[in-house]
Amino acid sequence: MKIAQRGIREYDAKKMLAERLPYYVDDFDYDGQIALVTPETDLEVVAVDNPWIKKKKLVVKPDQLFGKRGAHGLILLNATWDEAREYLNENRGKEVLVGTVVGPLTHFLVEPFIPHDEGEELYVAIKSDYEGDSIYFSTQGGVDIEANWDQVTKIPVDILAKAEDLDLKPQLPAELGDRLGPVADFVKGLYRLYRDLGFAYLEINPFVIHEGKIVPLDLVARLDDAEAFWQRNNWKELEFPEPFGRALTKDEAYIKEADARTGASLKLTILNPKGRIWTMVAGGGASVIYADTICDLGFGGELANYGEYSGDPSTEDTYEYTKTILDLMTREKDPEGRTKYLLIGGGIANFTDVAKTFKGIVTALEDYRDKLRETGVEIYVRRGGPNYEEGLRIMRQLGERLGVPINVFGPETHMTRIVSMALRGGE
Amino acid sequence: MTKDYRLFDENTQAFVYGYQVNAIQRMLDFDYLCGRSVPSVAAIINPSRAGIHKVFWGTEEIVLPMYRTIPEAVADYPSVEVVVNFASYRSAFDTTMEALTQPSIKTVAIIAEGVPERMSKKMAATAKKMKKTIIGPATVGGLVAGAFRIGNTAGTIENIVESKLYRPGCVGFVSKSGGMLNEAFNIIARNSSGIVEGIAIGGDRYPGSNLMYHILRYETNPEIAMIACLGEVGGTDEYKIVEALKAGKITKPLVIWVTGTCSKVLPSSVQFGHAGAKAQSELETADAKNQALKEAGAVVPDSFDSYGDKIKEVYERLKADETVKDVVEPEIPTIPKDYAKASADGLVRKSTNLICTISDDRGEEVLYAGKPLSRVMEDQMGIGGVIGLLWFKKELPPWAADFIELVLQIVADHGPAVSAAHNAIVASCAGKDLISSLASGLLTIGPRFGGAIDDAAREFKRAHDSGLTPEQFVNEMKSKGTNIPGIGHRIKSVKNPDKRVELLIGHARKHFVRTDLLDYALQVQDITTAKKGNLILNVDGCIGILFMDLMTSCEVFDESDIYDVIKYGYLNGLFALGRSIGIIGHILDQKRLESRLYRHPQDDIAYMLPKFE
Repeated sequence: MKIAQRGIREYDAKKMLAERLPYYVDDFDYDGQIALVTPETDLEVVAVDNPWIKKKKLVVKPDQLFGKRGAHGLILLNATWDEAREYLNENRGKEVLVGTVVGPLTHFLVEPFIPHDEGEELYVAIKSDYEGDSIYFSTQGGVDIEANWDQVTKIPVDILAKAEDLDLKPQLPAELGDRLGPVADFVKGLYRLYRDLGFAYLEINPFVIHEGKIVPLDLVARLDDAEAFWQRNNWKELEFPEPFGRALTKDEAYIKEADARTGASLKLTILNPKGRIWTMVAGGGASVIYADTICDLGFGGELANYGEYSGDPSTEDTYEYTKTILDLMTREKDPEGRTKYLLIGGGIANFTDVAKTFKGIVTALEDYRDKLRETGVEIYVRRGGPNYEEGLRIMRQLGERLGVPINVFGPETHMTRIVSMALRGGE
Repeated sequence: MTKDYRLFDENTQAFVYGYQVNAIQRMLDFDYLCGRSVPSVAAIINPSRAGIHKVFWGTEEIVLPMYRTIPEAVADYPSVEVVVNFASYRSAFDTTMEALTQPSIKTVAIIAEGVPERMSKKMAATAKKMKKTIIGPATVGGLVAGAFRIGNTAGTIENIVESKLYRPGCVGFVSKSGGMLNEAFNIIARNSSGIVEGIAIGGDRYPGSNLMYHILRYETNPEIAMIACLGEVGGTDEYKIVEALKAGKITKPLVIWVTGTCSKVLPSSVQFGHAGAKAQSELETADAKNQALKEAGAVVPDSFDSYGDKIKEVYERLKADETVKDVVEPEIPTIPKDYAKASADGLVRKSTNLICTISDDRGEEVLYAGKPLSRVMEDQMGIGGVIGLLWFKKELPPWAADFIELVLQIVADHGPAVSAAHNAIVASCAGKDLISSLASGLLTIGPRFGGAIDDAAREFKRAHDSGLTPEQFVNEMKSKGTNIPGIGHRIKSVKNPDKRVELLIGHARKHFVRTDLLDYALQVQDITTAKKGNLILNVDGCIGILFMDLMTSCEVFDESDIYDVIKYGYLNGLFALGRSIGIIGHILDQKRLESRLYRHPQDDIAYMLPKFE
């Protein structure tokens, strides 16, 4: 399943601006002097490939889809290449806390330092909503933009309006003075680029006019990845980085790989490996509701995983998926010796053969018979749809054969009732 | 015309965009179950083919017209108001916009997932401007009980019967998730008299119509006594419902639950199944929305677990004050099971009319006598090996396969003057195509031309096996007055031996374990050539006789295989197959030469007619 809006690196967004904005704005000559340092980058090579690096004063900052980098003390300003190199050597791979998330610093952006006064910092953002897009502009850009939000001009653009016909000059603050013309041209060009190149969010805070040229200093962008088909020539090899922070566990990565291999959808996030409640739910909508119900009944802390399998998975897919979950939940007993629960849930399938999808689950459960018994696992099953009677019969028989309690329910039982049955003894 | 608050009724007809044969049949099965008098699909729009499409209407078959474009369909069916659009995410926008520009089209349901946000918003804005309705994108659609089903909504017929969707109840339902629609129909059917209408608006961030739009329709629809809704974390759509509740625009009881309350325990990087299901502020969380809805007067359960209970409570209350009554169940017809499905389920069987024992193309790879084609290639079985598999169902040893290939090469051509080549050339010159010309050449193969291989094998084998000495055999044939098949050549003789026969015998001497029949035939030749120099073992005879020796030499064959080969005349096939190579060559040769029509010269024909009195 697609994720609609995805963040891209500041580096890629600025490169896109440098390359494409001149098509829209006559005298936009931001040169895109900018370099990306990845875990694979050889710093000496970067300095050779970008001759300006050794000639200019530099800015170095992490480029990993998180903001407030200044507040976290992660921006190096007005530095020589030697200083920048030292900073990079010190910080590459370092674990840092950003907000509530801990993760390694892997990607950095290096660009020329532009000396300017705080008062020169301009703000522009483009956001989208149901009715269309809104352009936000302020002459009071910079880190305090939220505090100065009442100074921000909002220019709504109707979704059916033509971007070419937009006349921004009368709508931008007059105090821009002789900057009004170039700024209006820039913002309009930026908006046209936003629409044409599949952006879903774009914020430049701040940008300045330096030696007569508009230079974006700090930039955040999201694209609508559903546009990939239309933007294939514009986006080229653009990559969508994973959000900053927690790296996938071995088991999550395993399911992610399996997901990429098959036409079906397999998703797994581990929330609390010591949790007693494990879920294996068919369908995106139903999986959320099972997790909801576990939280709403007050067992959020015990919820071990979130995930789903859907899109007519093959027997092999469901086998791999089940095995991964069974392995995780039987690695250790509950320290207090309490029962662990596996909820094999789902709504009423449209056309997926329930008995067939259960086949892989059954094989995995058979493989883990001894471990399930040792760990003290109780299983609840609820599912409906084509051939569900046969599927449920297979599950009931399996419970008897394995000597593992398997409680089986069909569409006559409310979808999430197995949650309260398991956790509250059926109240 | 349907009323404003009803998008579909029991007379609504739709165009289905996309050749979705299963979805179309499911719509018609639903119609039949509901006792509709006209099919809900008026026509199919299939950009790659116009014509007709055959469907079941209960037990009968009917045809639906198929058009290439929406305007063509609209021109013939001006009363159709709905397009069920199965176009892919790539063409969903263009086709929907085209449908919206047709004045007669009022509603478009878009099934595709992955439509870009900007396109979705443009479609929504355009529809709004034109006072039309879009359902979707990224949805299974929706259903009006007893009246109209969008595409695959509600799954199998069994499920439709189970959730009583063949007749109206009293609940209007709307959700984002299409995947939860079946479950919702089930919950509502078990806790009330069932749905009147159920719509899934789709899980995108910018659906073509929102929850509020459908809730207001349900509010106006007098058939609907209560409204049920499932919202979702992300977006602010549910606050429009809050405002409407506060403003008194929703007077019917509304049971609503916003899913995604678990998002608070999940890391922010987890994206739920739907593109729109992500809270970008506290306001967009499920908890905040549930709280606001509850405060505004909606019936909000404590968790999804009691969603059904709340529906039951409201329904019982409405029944108590006689707003609604339990439904008297109508009789419903049985939908015949599709043969393919019943067969897969093991419920029916039928005897087959044909049997095939040599090849199978049903799997992912064609099988030759059970052997996958890729293995045939890996083992480098060659044409001889493939003939072994497809003619004899056996893996031949390489020397035997080589012999077959040698035969094919030897018989491949014998110049333009022989019957087959001549006929093919004449046909080609007459302007006939390759296959017709080839057939006209092949049709000359028979007892006098190229067809003596089987006869030779049969006669020599019979004579040898019945213990006749070569003299006895020759005498027997002479007394019957028949020529010995495989003996004699028009040009070749003892002094001018046939090179081809020498090649064949050379191969056999080198590779065959046994050459009993060849040795016997050569003794026969000694007798016949003593009488006349050209009564030699000819190439046809040699092939037939050596093939018998090949089979005797080869462990994979037994006597009954040899008997089959003779009885069914396998061996003329070798000649026909090999010679086809030459015949095709001659035909192509004539084509390249752009030969004109051949007319046999009159001076080469003796005209000898009876005299007409």
